[in-house]
Amino acid sequence: MRSIDTITIKNTVKLLFIQSSYDIGDTMLGMLGKAKENEDNDTARYVLDQIIENDLIARNDQVPMCQDTGIAVVFLEIGNEVCFTGKPIEDAINQGVREAFEEAYLRKSIVDDPLFLRKNTNDNTPAVIHYEFTRGGNVRVTIAAKGFGSENMSQIRMMKPADGVEGVKSFVIECVRKAGPNPCPPIVVGVGIGGSFEKAAILSKKALTREIGERSEDREYRELEIELLNELNSLGIGPAGLKGKTTCLAVHINHFPTHIAGMPVAVNIGCHAYRHATTKI
Amino acid sequence: MIDIRHISLPLTDDVVRSLKIGDSVMLSGCMYTARDAAHKRMIEGLDHGRELPFDIQNQTIFYVGPSPAKPGQIIGSAGPTTSYRMDPYTETLLDIGLKGMIGKGLRSQAVIDSIKKNTAVYFAAVGGAAALIAKSIISKELVAYEDLGPEAIYKLEVENFPVIVVIDCLGNCLYD
Ligand code: SF4
Repeated sequence: MRSIDTITIKNTVKLLFIQSSYDIGDTMLGMLGKAKENEDNDTARYVLDQIIENDLIARNDQVPMCQDTGIAVVFLEIGNEVCFTGKPIEDAINQGVREAFEEAYLRKSIVDDPLFLRKNTNDNTPAVIHYEFTRGGNVRVTIAAKGFGSENMSQIRMMKPADGVEGVKSFVIECVRKAGPNPCPPIVVGVGIGGSFEKAAILSKKALTREIGERSEDREYRELEIELLNELNSLGIGPAGLKGKTTCLAVHINHFPTHIAGMPVAVNIGCHAYRHATTKI
Repeated sequence: MIDIRHISLPLTDDVVRSLKIGDSVMLSGCMYTARDAAHKRMIEGLDHGRELPFDIQNQTIFYVGPSPAKPGQIIGSAGPTTSYRMDPYTETLLDIGLKGMIGKGLRSQAVIDSIKKNTAVYFAAVGGAAALIAKSIISKELVAYEDLGPEAIYKLEVENFPVIVVIDCLGNCLYD
């Protein structure tokens, strides 16, 4: 057994949230630069210029790239040879979020009750935590700081097996078309197919935590990702929804076995402020 | 290169009439911040016969909830939030003098009609360009609802604040 003090988890969670709020990363910057070269509409180029300049300012000045620094989502993959010592794991994760949001001047956007009082918790906790149990002696911590402009445009649908590939495609396209300018395009689309109602949603969120543009390992899904990306970009929504060729930067699909009678499909939309990070402990 | 117009705030009817969808504009002058909770409180106040916390005549509202300012900063990152959530309150504000709105995303047909009726304008700022936009904000003063934290109403002074005209006073919408 390998014992890990949960203070390490707390520190990792904190660091990942701070880094990802300030620094979009070179892969995303490269993709935005390429998208700009590819646009021939002046407004689209102007918008992409602003986004690129914004991301460079955020990195250089160490400030949040977007004022909506998101709801904190944490995926924890825990190897079976690991045992935790110290504070309970959930407290450690929330403490990491609390310290990151306080010390790095991130916006606290969480309300304690969703329906009635809606009072701000003032430290951006609690985080939404997904635990997975794997093999080995490591823990993988993956975080997503999810803004709600894009989260609000996400959808889930219980589709029929007969809907097939065409059904999935038209659902994803309809979802992006309806979202239009609201989720701050260019977007990244996470799709979860299979499992049960809630599993599909988690798959789609996890798909969004992939390194941007990394393709599915499965050939058929990889091809579907590419096809969908091309079709979404032919919608013409464009950067900031002001028309252009760049609506979507990547489509990531995760799938899971499901019931003979169904095909749950979830579409989780991510904005260009793509704040995700992962590390292995 | 894109043509950019420079305009000062508060807006006038003549300036509003000259703005067409797709125009790139740099705004300089004063504007007010307000988003979901502040709108709700303003409208509830009006319903109970109370005055708004600022004179809204010809003013521009920026839908924003900034991140906290770091020491030495005037304001934290300050990009637009999605505007449709303010739609239920917007007609009332336009009817009593609001001239300009800055946000991102779609508006309802009722809001578009009211923009037309009141000779107003809806600008989009680039969503997620919050660190860049913050650089154009040169002062910030609390106006009301401090208890709402990032949702409080502030008066901002801006210089070359970048926006694009999305709905003009004829009711044309760039997103269509
Ligand atoms: S959708 Fe993303 S980029 Fe747009 S305002 Fe929200 S968090 Fe920021």
